Amino acid sequence: MLLQAIIDAIAVGALYALVAVGLGLVFGVMRLINFAYGEVITAGAYSLYVTRNLPLSVSVVICFAVCVVMSLLIEEIAFRPLRGASPATTLVATFAVAIALEAVWLIAFTPQGKTADLLATLNQSATHGSVHIRWLTITELAAGIVLLGGTALILARTTIGLQMRAAATDFRAARLLGVRANRVIRFAFVLAGVLAAVVSLLLTVSQPLVTPTFGLDVTILALVGAVLGGIDRLASATAGGFLIGFLISFLGDELPSSLSSFSTSFTFGVVILALLLRPAGLFAPLGQSSVDRV
Amino acid sequence: MRRLLAGRELAAPVLLIVVVALIGSATSVSTQQNFITALVSVAIVIGLYVFMGNSGVISFGQISFVAVGAYVAGELTIPTQPKHFVLSNLWSVLQNTSVGNVPSLAIAAGVGALFALLVGIPLMRLSGLSAGIATFAVLEITNNLLTFWPKIAPQSGQTLSLVPTTTGLFQAAAGAVVAAVVAFAYQSTRRGRLLRASREDHSAALGIGVEVHRERLIAFTLSGAISGLAGGLLVHQIGSVTPDQVFLELTFLSLAMLVFGGVGSLWGATVGAVLISLLDSYLLQAENGLQIGFFKLTLPSGASDLILGVLMVVVLIVRPRGLTGGREWDLSLPRVLRRRARPVEVAEAEEPVEVAGGR
Repeated sequence: MLLQAIIDAIAVGALYALVAVGLGLVFGVMRLINFAYGEVITAGAYSLYVTRNLPLSVSVVICFAVCVVMSLLIEEIAFRPLRGASPATTLVATFAVAIALEAVWLIAFTPQGKTADLLATLNQSATHGSVHIRWLTITELAAGIVLLGGTALILARTTIGLQMRAAATDFRAARLLGVRANRVIRFAFVLAGVLAAVVSLLLTVSQPLVTPTFGLDVTILALVGAVLGGIDRLASATAGGFLIGFLISFLGDELPSSLSSFSTSFTFGVVILALLLRPAGLFAPLGQSSVDRV
Repeated sequence: MRRLLAGRELAAPVLLIVVVALIGSATSVSTQQNFITALVSVAIVIGLYVFMGNSGVISFGQISFVAVGAYVAGELTIPTQPKHFVLSNLWSVLQNTSVGNVPSLAIAAGVGALFALLVGIPLMRLSGLSAGIATFAVLEITNNLLTFWPKIAPQSGQTLSLVPTTTGLFQAAAGAVVAAVVAFAYQSTRRGRLLRASREDHSAALGIGVEVHRERLIAFTLSGAISGLAGGLLVHQIGSVTPDQVFLELTFLSLAMLVFGGVGSLWGATVGAVLISLLDSYLLQAENGLQIGFFKLTLPSGASDLILGVLMVVVLIVRPRGLTGGREWDLSLPRVLRRRARPVEVAEAEEPVEVAGGR
């Protein structure tokens, strides 16, 4: 079913787009590729597991709190002392934070997955003819649109949003004009934390088994998508995240069975081709050349 | 005179390799494996360094050349008799050829170089983040093909086993020394210096006529050769290999070793590889219970990654350019007399973000 495959792919794409926004926000103000972002998502998912016996609303609130605090803590402890270090250094540092936190999950929760199925009702589907649409799909799309819209509004209409855009364009100039660096960066991490909480809520619906690598895989792929689309701009990074999610899900569904185990190769083959044709990103404005960043 | 002095910077890495091998030879057979692993890691990290250190471009793809080297060297050295039986779907060239230990390492290096050259021709046009992501894509594709393509590897990710274990201390040390010598020879040539110039200032290098694409391609290919050789050493050490053994985890670990030691110098690559590899081996052992003197230390599983991760972050905060600061160590002159080598920087962000802690 082509239509079914497309609908499923759109839902996956929306989820990856959210992760890409979280990565893009932080990249915008700090030029930092945050591999540790996946651990924030994992933390949220484990918090849902730990609070599974509490009322749903309480557990959701705790999940948001955990993600935001986690996001801020990582920035405070690991990334702040490294501001100004070379990109290779910060990249490895975020990688190291991710590995360390993954080890913490492993020690605390064992390698066996823990089930967090609070929102399992979203797995029920609304059927129309032969097409099944899970409520999750609808929720993911709605959450995607609302959150992207919300983020865009914050960036466009509030003072802190204006400061963030200024910082993303030229950090040093923005500081000279009185933008408070720490405040802007902290705000970016808070927003990213909120998005991570939503991602962990939605992700536990489709894969309720939370393992130590729960968030890392999504993050790496979303990062690939963000760069594919053009990580310099939030809109293009988001579109790239959507595209990679869509591709993965669609190719996984639609490739003939003899080739389906090679869907990863096809996806990344497309990624390489796209990067060669448009190094600055598929959705970056025309005529923009790629700049050495890392 | 200068030429003579220049060669001496090679002495420190080689000496360290020899010392590790000597200490290893004095230990018990089981402990010896840790030292062999350290030496193989040196070869892997030097492979990574030859490209990343000289060009300043991040690559996540170098482990795919290690993977290819490991598979080629492994498949060619399994005796033909069991091979027809176990790996019946393999390409006939791989199926019917059987070579000795040393030729298999040479072939691994050759295939690694060829693969890197083919991949590098299009990819070296990219730089910055897009280069990082594209090389990552190469790693993913290599892993996917090695897992699911029965013409080049065992079916659906099964272990490639029955490989003769010829990598002892001597072979590992010899391999690491070869890697170090090749890397040093390259970075001392005109070609290597042109590439290093482009690392310091891309536009200026282009301006004086450096063909950055070609220079990067040369380093990438050379790095592929060293990585392939390292893969050969690895498979001959363990006697088997799975696609996931030469994938994300090894990519992170080797990157961590390089950055820990200092991306800018061969000495840094060697020191980082030896220290992190030994630490990692002992911590892993401690997870299964390590006898220290009279008491037995048992760490919970996962503790090694935790300690390694935290240590990495701390070292990076204290010394962002790595332990060696990206300098070579010239053994020939006492510290005071040594010509102060300028610390080398890995390509800076166009907009370094400098922010003080407080308001």
